[in-house]
Amino acid sequence: MQMTTTDKTLDEILTLAATHFKVPRQRLTPDDDFFKTLGIDSLQALDLLTKLENHFRIELPDYELQGVSDFRTLASRIQARL
Amino acid sequence: MLNLDQYSCLGAALRDALDRWPNEVCLIESDRNREKIRLTYSDFKETAKPLSRALQDADLKAGDRAAIIMTNQSKWLISAYSIFHIGGVVVPIDYKLTATEQLQLLAHSHAKFLVVEYHLWRAITRAPEFSSHQLKTVLVTEAPLGAELAGAFRWEEFRRKGEPEFIPRRRDDIACIVYSSGTGGRPKGCVLTHENYLEQCKSLTAWYPFQPGVRYLSILPTNHAIDFMVGFIGPLVCGACVVHLRTLRPEFVRDAFVRYKITYVSLVPMVLKNLERGLKAKFQELSPVKRFFLDRMIALNRVLVRRRPNLQRSRKLLRQVHEGFGGELLAMFTGGAFMEPSTLQFFYDLGIPVANGYGLTEAGTSLTLNDFRPFRADTVGRPLPGVELRILSPDAEGIGEVSAHSKTIMAYYLDDPELTAETIVDGWLLTGDLGRFDTAGHLQLFGRKKNMIVTEGGKNIYPEDIETVFDGLAVKEYCVFAANYIWPDKQLGHETLVLVLRMDQNQEFNEPLKNEIVFRNRKLPDFKRVGGYVIWGEDFPRTASMKIKRVLLAEEIGKHLERATAVVDL
Repeated sequence: MQMTTTDKTLDEILTLAATHFKVPRQRLTPDDDFFKTLGIDSLQALDLLTKLENHFRIELPDYELQGVSDFRTLASRIQARL
Repeated sequence: MLNLDQYSCLGAALRDALDRWPNEVCLIESDRNREKIRLTYSDFKETAKPLSRALQDADLKAGDRAAIIMTNQSKWLISAYSIFHIGGVVVPIDYKLTATEQLQLLAHSHAKFLVVEYHLWRAITRAPEFSSHQLKTVLVTEAPLGAELAGAFRWEEFRRKGEPEFIPRRRDDIACIVYSSGTGGRPKGCVLTHENYLEQCKSLTAWYPFQPGVRYLSILPTNHAIDFMVGFIGPLVCGACVVHLRTLRPEFVRDAFVRYKITYVSLVPMVLKNLERGLKAKFQELSPVKRFFLDRMIALNRVLVRRRPNLQRSRKLLRQVHEGFGGELLAMFTGGAFMEPSTLQFFYDLGIPVANGYGLTEAGTSLTLNDFRPFRADTVGRPLPGVELRILSPDAEGIGEVSAHSKTIMAYYLDDPELTAETIVDGWLLTGDLGRFDTAGHLQLFGRKKNMIVTEGGKNIYPEDIETVFDGLAVKEYCVFAANYIWPDKQLGHETLVLVLRMDQNQEFNEPLKNEIVFRNRKLPDFKRVGGYVIWGEDFPRTASMKIKRVLLAEEIGKHLERATAVVDL
């Protein structure tokens, strides 16, 4: 089955997060609380945002991450700017 | 700097500062690698003047409250100045709160005016409580063209020609209402006077002077007491420059140190640890030979700065490390949350002094600060000039509640005389923190007497503020506590909140219930979440009006359960 655009974005985010924080990709699921699953603080989450910006070639203001703690919501914020 | 003894209010001091250093750079604002704004003191004045006038024409009168909800940026300071200039009271509100929480604080403060960033305003207008707001005039910054503003004005266009009338205030008039907590049940609006700020500014700059040429990097939210003082009032009344970054990505923060040759910065422990982690990672990448020499240089520097910092020598010995911080850094300030001594020592050994301090919103900004005479990683420093501290009812180890007396102590909690009377007794502020003085007069902190935590990001979290998220949870009753409040621990750090559950008869804690708790917990901002849960086998003790007797309940739990086995991580 072909992935929808949002699913593809989500998949890329999960892969990138797994690589950046050196965790197995299969451990990450879309609804994970990434602070908890990755064991990161809000600054490390901002670091991830930079990696995502470079990957998707977009610019995301810091406030886009405010109140976001799961990959799925993050993907929808990114998708809206693609 | 200006002689602050001559001033009765912040508005007058700031007004004179703008005239005194017209050509000095006052504000720099950068977004990533792009510098967006650079204003001299004269430019600042010209930008603020039409805004003051427009606010005055919009009927902002002396004593009227105007809230600001913005990330750190030049418009924050320009707006606050404009409000002070015409006698208004500034209500700084945390931009990281939810829109509902912000609306609660706007209502509690009786703010009639609001300056807010567009994305925050958009969230506020979508909150269910928006329809009942009492705001009269709202100014929105950086709204996109054609954006729906729900009756607000564009900050950039809210201008009137003509000279605004300067409205002087007395020293005991209210300057700001700053919320130390309380978006849940009981908002704690600290009413701070012009005297509080003028005196705090005097005492801080006595130890760490600002002057023209000094550049302060503003990272902590400006609504926070520390940045409001050292990232706004302090630098401006001394002719110094404030640098704002529109993103707090660690890489751009590191770049800013170099690009703007930063002199001072205030950081919460989380940011300092991030910098430490980054430096250690870089050290790890060095070849064995380079690493060997670096370690020798650090060891030598440690000897040289044993008694007091020696920046000249440290900069020569560890040139590359210091260049990574711009080469002109005099000190970094930290406080408000527990800072691990090993992190402070790490930076000090590199010749970068981190002044650890202690304060609370109720006390203005800071009560104590490390003066590096000598450096002590295990304390929060000595009382600042004008601050008297006492340890109440000390135990055999000399540890008791820290109480403070100073001209910087707030006047009262807004609309809460009962809480004010419990907190300020005979002019002494009861901090709720446990500490003792060592023989050198340095204050050491050992925990909290109060039911709250301070996060590594410097946020005060009170259990009552987050309990409502668990409303209707399918258990008999529940209550949130700071774990250290139930199990007193004579140390700070690793503070966490726990959800205490009393199950219904024959009810078992099961997976669906756990999932429900996790789901609700995640509705809270990450820094406010509970870290674990505790199953308690008795009904909660309650008052005649059915309020939970929290003190008694915490004592009972602490008496009958061990923390290590009782708390289950979420």
